Amino acid sequence: MNSVFGDRRTIFILLGPALLLYTLLKVAPVLWSFGLSFFEGNTLRGFEWVGVENFATFFTDDAALQSVWVSVGFAIAATIGQVALGYGLALLYVFVLRKGSALVRTIVFFPAILPTVAVALLFRSFVAVGDNQGPVNDLINFFGGESVEVLASTYGTMLTAIVMTLWSSMGFYAILLYAGLLDIPEEVIESARLDGANGLKLVRHIVVPLSLPILLSSIIFSLNATLKVFDSLLALNGGGPGTSTAPLTLYMYRTAFEYAEYGYGSTIALVLTVLCLLFTLAIFRSSRRKVED
Amino acid sequence: MRTPRSRRVMLATALTLVAITPLAACAGGSPDNAGGAAAGTDPETFTVMTANENATLENLLTTLSEDACKAENEALPLEHQKVAQADTVQKVTLLASQDALPAHTIAGTALIRPDGDLGAADLVQDLMETGAAEYILPAAASTEESVYGGVVSMPYQYNIEGFWYNTQIFEEQGIEVPTTWEEFLSVAEQLDQAGIQPLTTAGASGFPLTRLLGMYIFRNVGPDAMAAIRDGDAKLTDEGYVAGAQALADLAATGYFGEGFSTRDGDTSTNEFLTGKAAITYDGSWLLGAINDPERNEIGAENVGFFPFPEVEGGEGSIEQYPANAGAPMIISTKQYGPKVADWVSCIAENYGSLALQEAGVISGFEVKEEVTDISPNTAEIQEKIAGIDETVLWFEALFDPKSNSLASTNVTLLTTGQMTAEDYMADLQESIDANG
Repeated sequence: MNSVFGDRRTIFILLGPALLLYTLLKVAPVLWSFGLSFFEGNTLRGFEWVGVENFATFFTDDAALQSVWVSVGFAIAATIGQVALGYGLALLYVFVLRKGSALVRTIVFFPAILPTVAVALLFRSFVAVGDNQGPVNDLINFFGGESVEVLASTYGTMLTAIVMTLWSSMGFYAILLYAGLLDIPEEVIESARLDGANGLKLVRHIVVPLSLPILLSSIIFSLNATLKVFDSLLALNGGGPGTSTAPLTLYMYRTAFEYAEYGYGSTIALVLTVLCLLFTLAIFRSSRRKVED
Repeated sequence: MRTPRSRRVMLATALTLVAITPLAACAGGSPDNAGGAAAGTDPETFTVMTANENATLENLLTTLSEDACKAENEALPLEHQKVAQADTVQKVTLLASQDALPAHTIAGTALIRPDGDLGAADLVQDLMETGAAEYILPAAASTEESVYGGVVSMPYQYNIEGFWYNTQIFEEQGIEVPTTWEEFLSVAEQLDQAGIQPLTTAGASGFPLTRLLGMYIFRNVGPDAMAAIRDGDAKLTDEGYVAGAQALADLAATGYFGEGFSTRDGDTSTNEFLTGKAAITYDGSWLLGAINDPERNEIGAENVGFFPFPEVEGGEGSIEQYPANAGAPMIISTKQYGPKVADWVSCIAENYGSLALQEAGVISGFEVKEEVTDISPNTAEIQEKIAGIDETVLWFEALFDPKSNSLASTNVTLLTTGQMTAEDYMADLQESIDANG
C-alpha cells in the first residue's frame, strides 16, 4: 500500500479527475468572479477595467454597508439560537428521552426538509394582518391587544425571520450535536456522576468540553450558512421594509441581475466570501486558544 | 501629414451618410412592409417572449396567428417563450449578449432607451420605421417617446390611471366626486366617519403608493416635474417635491388605507374594492378586466366610477393631465427584423387593437380598425376619456435609473409607516439618482 501511495503517478491518476472537476466547477468560477470585480459592465454592454474602484465604492455605499450589518446581525443571532437550541435538544435526547427520543427527533427535524420559500410564506401568513389575518394577531386580539403589522417594521421582520430560521433548522443542529454527544464515553459520564457531578455541573464540566469539537463545527457551519441567507429573507418580505432587512446576498443579486452591474455584483460576492472566511478563522483561532488554555 | 486629409475624407463620408440615411428611410420598402426597410435577417420562427404574468397577450397573439395573421404565421410560425417579469432584465441581457434575443420580446424600460444596453447596441427596432407606425395611436406614440426616448415598444396596452370609486357608496353618503386634494381628503374623512374604509392600495408592491406621491408632485409642480429631475433642473429635495412625499405620508397616517395596507398584495387590494369593503382605489385602466368580470366584481360594473387625480390647490398641474403608460415594453429585435418579421409586425399592429378590445376588453395603443360590439360601459367610458386627452404625464419613477426606481418602491413602505420622514425619503432617492442617473 505504501508503495502505491509513494508513486507520484498513481497519486496523480487517482486525484486527477476529481481535482480537475473541482477546479472546473469551483475554482474557475471563483477566479472568474474575482477577476470580474475589477471590471465595470455586463455581458451586453461589455466590460471596462476599473481597477479597485468597485471596492472603493463598496466601502462608501450606504446600502452595501447596511447589508453587511444585516447579514452579520442575522448570522450572529441565528447562529446563537440555532446552536443553543440544537444543543439543548441534543442534551434532552441523550440524557432525558434517551432511547425514546426517536419520535421527537423526527418531529423536530421535519421542518429542515421543507423548502425555505414555503416556510417563509407560512410564517408570512402567521403574522399577516387585515382580511387574511394570521394566528399571531388573532392571539394578540384574543388578549385584548390591537393587531400588529409585523412585516411593516424592521425589527418585526427580523424577529420573524430569526424565529422562522430557528424553527426550521434547530432539528438539524440537534441531530448534528446529538451524534457528537453519543461519542462521549458512557464511562466518563458515569465516573463524573460517581464523583458527584450532576445536572448543570455535569454538562458544564464534562459534556461541553468533550463535545467542543462538534460544537465548534456546528458554529462554523451555522455562521457560514446564515451569513449567506437569501431565499428566506427574500420570500418573507423582499428584504423590506425598504431595504432594511436586505442581506448582502440579496444586494449582490439585485446589483448583478436587476441592475445588470456584473462587476460590482462580483465585488459584493467577494466581500461576502472574505466575511465568511474571517468568521471561520476567528472561530478556529478562539478554539485553538481554548485548547491551549 | 496624411492624417488631417484622412480625417477630412472621413468627415465628408460621414456627412454624406448622415444625409443619405434619412432619404433612404423615407424611400419606403416593399408594399408588404410599407413602413420601412427590413434590414435584419428573418429567424426560423417568430419567437415572442412575454411575461408569465401576462397570459392575455400570448392568447391574443395565438388567436391572430390562427386568423388575421394566418398567412404570416405560415410563412414564419409563431412560437412563444415565457419569462417571469422580475427576471426580464437578467434574461434579456444574457440572451442579447449571446446573440439569441427573440424576434419580439419583453424588455426593461431602462434597457431600451437610446443610452440603455439594448438601445446603445442598436438592438431595438424603431417602430416608426415599420408598418406598425400607421396603426399606433398618437397618444401612445407620445407616451412612448417620453418614457423610452422613441417609439420602440408595441403598445399592447394603453393605460390611463386614476381613482376608481364605488358610485353606490358615494350616492348613499351624498358625496360628490372631488376635484381638489383638499376635497379628496374631506371625502375620505367623511367615508371614514361613516364606518367605511375610504381607500385600499397594494402597498406590498410599492409602486401603487409612489403613484400617489408622483401624481401629487405632477399636480403641484407641473407636468414636467420629473423631466426636470432627470435633466438636473430640480432636486427631489425641493419643497414642491417633498410636499408630495409628505402628502402621502400624511394620508397613510390617517389609517384610511385600512389595516395591513403595506403588506397587502394587488389581488387582495382589488378584491377589497370589488367586494365593497373599500370605497376608492387608485389604479390603471388595466383594472377594467377585473371590473368587467362578474365573478370578481361583486359590487357590479354599474357601480364603478372613475375620476382623475385631483388638483392640488395653487399647483402648476391640471386635472386634465392623465398619467398614461403603454404597458410593459415589447420590442422588436433589429437583428431579426427581416421581411417576414416585418409582415408580422404590420399584421399585429393592424389587427390587435380590435381583437384585444373585443376579446379581452383591453384598450391598446393601436388603432381599432373594426367595429367592436358588446363593449362594457366602463371600458367605453375609459376609451372615450383616452380619446379626449390632450396632455399626459408619466409616473413617478418613469425616468429613474433601475436602482433609484427600485429604491423608490422599496423605501415607500418606510415612508408610509412613519419609519422615514418625507425629507429623508426624497434625500435618499436624490442621492441615488445623483450616483446612478
